[in-house]
Amino acid sequence: MKLVAVTSCPTGIAHTYMAAESLEQAAKAAGHTITVETQGAGGADPVPADVIAAADAVIFAADVEVRGRERFIGKALVTAPVKRAINAGPELIEEAVHAAEAGSPEAAATPAAAPHSATARPAGAHRDVLAGLTTKVDKDAHFGTRLRQWLMTGVSYMIPFVAAGGILIAISFIWGGPQVASKVFGGTFHGHTYHPVITGIESFDVSAVLHAAGYAGLLFLIGKVAFFMLVPVLSGFIAYAMADRMGLVPGFVAGLIATATGAGFLGGLIGGLLAGTAVLAVKRVRVPRAFAGIMPVVVIPLLSTAFVGVIMAVVVARPVAAATTAMTNWLHGLSGANAAVLGLLLGAMMAFDLGGPVNKVAYTFGLAGLASGNTKVMAAVMVAGMTPPIALALACVVRKRLFTPAERTAGEAAWLLGLSFITEGAIPFAAADPLRVIPSMMAGSAAAGALSMAFGVTSLAPHGGIWVIGLIGRPLLYLVAIAAGVVVSAVCVIVLKSLRRTEPAEPTGTRADATNATSEPVAVGA
Amino acid sequence: MTNSIITPELVDLDLDAADRRSATRELALRLVKQGRVTELDGFLADVRQREEQMPTGIEGGIGIPHARSAFVTQPTLAFARSEAGVDFGAPDGPAHLIFLIAAPDGGDSEHMTILAALARRLVHASFREALAAAPDAKAVVDVVTKEVLGQ
Repeated sequence: MKLVAVTSCPTGIAHTYMAAESLEQAAKAAGHTITVETQGAGGADPVPADVIAAADAVIFAADVEVRGRERFIGKALVTAPVKRAINAGPELIEEAVHAAEAGSPEAAATPAAAPHSATARPAGAHRDVLAGLTTKVDKDAHFGTRLRQWLMTGVSYMIPFVAAGGILIAISFIWGGPQVASKVFGGTFHGHTYHPVITGIESFDVSAVLHAAGYAGLLFLIGKVAFFMLVPVLSGFIAYAMADRMGLVPGFVAGLIATATGAGFLGGLIGGLLAGTAVLAVKRVRVPRAFAGIMPVVVIPLLSTAFVGVIMAVVVARPVAAATTAMTNWLHGLSGANAAVLGLLLGAMMAFDLGGPVNKVAYTFGLAGLASGNTKVMAAVMVAGMTPPIALALACVVRKRLFTPAERTAGEAAWLLGLSFITEGAIPFAAADPLRVIPSMMAGSAAAGALSMAFGVTSLAPHGGIWVIGLIGRPLLYLVAIAAGVVVSAVCVIVLKSLRRTEPAEPTGTRADATNATSEPVAVGA
Repeated sequence: MTNSIITPELVDLDLDAADRRSATRELALRLVKQGRVTELDGFLADVRQREEQMPTGIEGGIGIPHARSAFVTQPTLAFARSEAGVDFGAPDGPAHLIFLIAAPDGGDSEHMTILAALARRLVHASFREALAAAPDAKAVVDVVTKEVLGQ
C-alpha cells in the first residue's frame, strides 16, 4: 500500500523528524511504502503531486496546522498528534491502511475506534475547503449510495434545527402551558378561543407576543422560527452535497418555496435534489472564457434558482394545493364512517409527511372537529402525531447499529419532541431513509389513531401531547394507544432497516459505535 | 571550540536533577560554558516556552527539551543520563536519557539538516541503547557522531 504523511510540530527541530522516522520505520516493517513531508524548521520538501495522487491514504501527524492541506483532498485521512506518530507509529500506519481499505469516507471513520486520542477523519468526500462545510458524499459510489449520502448530508445539517426548535417548543409548553401556542397563533384550546397575535413568523410584533403569552410564548415563537428553517436547510444542504457551494442558493430557495407552499419536507427533499441536479446541468454548459469568471457567482445560481423555483412553484406547489383540497373534502365526506377506520386514515396521514401537506390536512381536520365539539378526532390526530418521534427514539435505543451517529443524536431529542406532539422530530429519520421510515411510521400512527377512536379518547387541546393529559378524556387509554403505536412503528422500522440488503452509506457507524467513538467528518483545511 | 554538534564537555552521564527544569538548567549551563549559548536565562525561557506547549517526553524514557533561540550560536546537542529519572511528561514514566537540543534562531538549513538527522536517530532503539550503555562521555560523542553524521 502507498501512503503519504505530513509531520509538523511547534518548534520544527525534533518531533517533526522523529515522527517522520517512526512512520517510515513502521511502514517499512509492515510492508508499505510511505513518503513523509517534514514541515520543520529546515523547510519542507513537498511530496510530489504524482506521489500524492498515487497514495492510498494520508497521515497528518501534526501539532500545528499542516501547510497545503488542500493537496491531499479526496484521500482517506488519519490525523494524530505528532507524539502519537513517535510513540505508536505502527498503530497509525495500521489505521491508515484501514482507512484506505474502507475506501468510502464513511468507512474511513473506523480507526476512530482505536485507542488514544487520535482521530481518523474521512477525507474521501468532496469538501469545500474555504467554507469548512462538509458532506459525506463519495463520488465513486453507486447512485443509490450517493442518493442516501446526499440526503444524509441535508439531514445532518437539519438535525440541530429540529433539536433546538423542538426542545424550545417543548420547554414553552411545560413552562407556559400548551395554550401558549394558541395564544400566539390563535385557535381553540379547552373551549376557549384565542385570537391570533401574529399570522406568521415572517413578521411579528414581539411586545404583542409577550403581552398575550409572556416569555413562554416568545420561546415557543423562537422554536417555531427554528422550525421554519428545517426544510430550507434540508434542501439547501442536499443540493450542497450534490453540487457544492453553487447548490446552496437554489437549494435554499427551493426549500423556502416548499415551506411557503405547504409542500413540507418531502417537497423540500424533491426541491433539494432538483436544485443539485439543475446546478450540475448548468455547469455542463460550455461558455466563452469571458463568462467563465461570473459563472459560479452569478450565472449558475441565477439559472438554477429560476429553474428550480418555477418547477417548485408550478409543478409541485399547485398539485399539492389541489390534493390538499381534495383530501379535505374527502375526509369530511367520511365523517359518518366507522370511527376506527377514520382514526386509521387520519393516523396514517399524520405520519405520511410529518408536517407536510397530508399531515396538515389531517391535523386541520382535527382542529375543525375540535371547533365543532368533536374532541375524539383531535385525540386520534394527537396520538398519531406523537408516536413517530417516540418510536424512532425507541428504535435508536433498541437497535443502535441501524442508525447513524447523527440519527442517534436526533433520537435523543426525539423522546421529548414526541411526548410534546412535535411530529417534526421524526423528519431527520424520514428524510434520510424515506422508503423504510415513512411506511413504518404510518403503520404505528394508523394503529394509534384507530385505537384512540375505538377507545373513545377525547382531547380538549389541539396540541401539547403528554403535557395536556389533564384535558384528555380516558387518559389511560390515550397512553395505551400511544404505546401501541410506538411499538408497531418501532418494530416495523427495525425490521425494514434490518432487511436492507447491504449496509450502504454508513457501515462503520456501527463499528465505531462499539466503542462509543463518534466520528464526524471534518473538513480538510477547516 | 569545535563545529561538532556535541563534545564530551556537553555530556553528563550522572545527572542529578529533581525535575525537568533543573535538568534542563544543568545541561544549559554546559552550553553556556562552551560558548554555545550566550545568555542562560533567555535560552531557558525559550526552552520552557516550548515545553509548556506540549511536554517533550516520549515513550521509552526519553526527554527532549529543545528550542530555537536567539541566544544559541550553533546547533548543539547536550546529553544527560539520569539514574533516578526526570519527568518530562511522557505517558510511560520519567526520562532516563535527556537530549537538550539547541538551535539558533533562523539557522540555515544545513544546520537544521544535522538536527533533523539527530532527531530521526532518536526513535531508533539501537541508538538509545548505545547511548544508555556508553561507558564515558567520549563514547557518547562517538555514537552520536557516527550515527548522525555517518562518520
